[in-house]
Amino acid sequence: MSLIYRLASRNLLHDRLRFVATVIGIVFSIVLVTVQLGLYLGFGRIVTTMIDHASADLWIMPAGTKCFEDPSTLDERKRFQALAINGVAQATPVVIGYADWRTAEGGTSPVFIVGSDLRAEGLLPWNLVEGSLDALAIPGAVAVDRSYFDRLGVSGIGANAEIRGHKVEVRAVTKGIRSFTTTPYVFTTLDRGRLFTGTSANKATYFLVRVAPGADVESVRRGLEANLSDVDVLTPTQFRDRSRSFWLFGTGAGFALFAGALLGMIVGTVIVAQTLYSSTKDHINEFATLRAIGSSSVYIHKVIICQALISAVIGFCLAAGIGLIVVAATADTALPVIMTPALTLVLFLLTLAMCVVSAMAAILQVTRIDPVMVFTR
Amino acid sequence: MTEPIVEAVDIVKLLGKGAAQVQALKGISLALKGGELTLLIGPSGSGKTTLLSILGCMMTPTRGTVRMGGRSTEGAGPEELAKLRREHVGFIFQSYHLFPTLTAADNVRLALDVRGDNSAHSIARTKDALAMVGLAHKSNAFPLELSGGEQQRVAIARAIVGQPSAILADEPTASLDGENGNAVMTLLAGIAKDRSRGVLVVAHDLRILRFADRVVHIEDGCIVREERGGAALTKDEGDGAIHDHAEKHDRVEE
Repeated sequence: MSLIYRLASRNLLHDRLRFVATVIGIVFSIVLVTVQLGLYLGFGRIVTTMIDHASADLWIMPAGTKCFEDPSTLDERKRFQALAINGVAQATPVVIGYADWRTAEGGTSPVFIVGSDLRAEGLLPWNLVEGSLDALAIPGAVAVDRSYFDRLGVSGIGANAEIRGHKVEVRAVTKGIRSFTTTPYVFTTLDRGRLFTGTSANKATYFLVRVAPGADVESVRRGLEANLSDVDVLTPTQFRDRSRSFWLFGTGAGFALFAGALLGMIVGTVIVAQTLYSSTKDHINEFATLRAIGSSSVYIHKVIICQALISAVIGFCLAAGIGLIVVAATADTALPVIMTPALTLVLFLLTLAMCVVSAMAAILQVTRIDPVMVFTR
Repeated sequence: MTEPIVEAVDIVKLLGKGAAQVQALKGISLALKGGELTLLIGPSGSGKTTLLSILGCMMTPTRGTVRMGGRSTEGAGPEELAKLRREHVGFIFQSYHLFPTLTAADNVRLALDVRGDNSAHSIARTKDALAMVGLAHKSNAFPLELSGGEQQRVAIARAIVGQPSAILADEPTASLDGENGNAVMTLLAGIAKDRSRGVLVVAHDLRILRFADRVVHIEDGCIVREERGGAALTKDEGDGAIHDHAEKHDRVEE
């Protein structure tokens, strides 16, 4: 086995305090990048929760709709026009909108209403932990998420409140349906959804299209777009992309998260570069000796890059451990930090790249070494 | 007559720039032959180390030609010079320049590792080299656990492990007491008995004259005298040479 690894590791451990500082720098940097990119992933996922859980092959929406939360409405006539298109099996109306939730004690809280036809596969609550979907057919019945009980002033099934002057009763409870806007979702029937959001009986926010068995989704989509005016017809993937794009980049949130990640990378690179540079300076005699005894500059570069990679691997392992703790701690929050295998791999490669880039200053320093200096020191 | 291992012809070396420029070597020619220990002696600033650096392909001359292993170094870049060094030269330094974080064995093996030889065979060669300098039992010791003489012997093992044709030593005994200095020079003289190797030692220490086959005196960038050394003379002649040189050295110091 080559002595490169041994030389590199011992150079690093020669000054343990500096090595610890290097590792802390890498850990700090990578945790920061993990949190930022994890938030980016989490944000990207949570803004499309409703789209992910809707039963739809295609979404019909008012032209220019930017995201799921956009409350513009469509005329019910378009639903019938859609049903007339070849390949459309079902077009289920969904109504969304903001409303005020008034508790029995008189307090109010904004809520986000999602109204859908219980008889059709539309956008119905999932992860039910108490009550049932059928119970939502009972007059005034709504479903809320357990995590918002305090906010809504309820304690479970049977709790009462008021929306737009209409009495409502919690008849189903979900778990984990959280909104990134922190406004609680309230699921109900289509009619009550219209009532709670002040939407006319002949209006809906979306029509969720199911295509007939054997029909080509893209052909149906083109047919709908050609025959319906002032609407956008998107596949769930297209709608997800549009929603993500709006929330992440239209609002600047994504740029802020990326800027944070970039800052983390820069800080990490500077810290590692500084420590590698000073370590190389401390061992300059040894590098000059290597050069004097005939080592190629590539051999010396390998020693320095090996130092950088050892720091990177140790720093990444610690940072990944901390990252997993952050992921677990934020799992049940409105904006969880998400770590996927792909993100972990990206972070590892980023750490390696960051440390190798950091080694450049040190490499430039040894490139200029004059082996003759071994005679004068 | 055999071809010299290293040969410098009409070497001129300018050091520094502008007004501070000095001519360190003024047209020196020197050949290092196999089976010979050559001692290069001269006062401080005479150009000994500059000449050693040029012969060892660490420095390129301003003018003149260096031939190493039959090949001219003219126009060679830093990487080519490094290749020549690792293939043909073994260096021994006054302050040893061992790696403090590596064991004696690893310090020796490093000379093979930089050549890309990290096979099991390299470990055996390392053991042989350490045994040759009498330090087989100290192979796992770190430099700081060794005496000065032992450290220099490890440095000698490092210089010879790659079986270079030229061993160049810069003041190898300067940091050692008489006993260790003698031990080191005995080793170098032993290496120089091999006709395929030439040893050049730069020194101030006049006690080591008796180990030399040839003594080259350098002053102010010029070779002023060459003579057969103590190893090549009878004991009486050697003592005389030492006496003559001691007198000359004193004059220079004055």
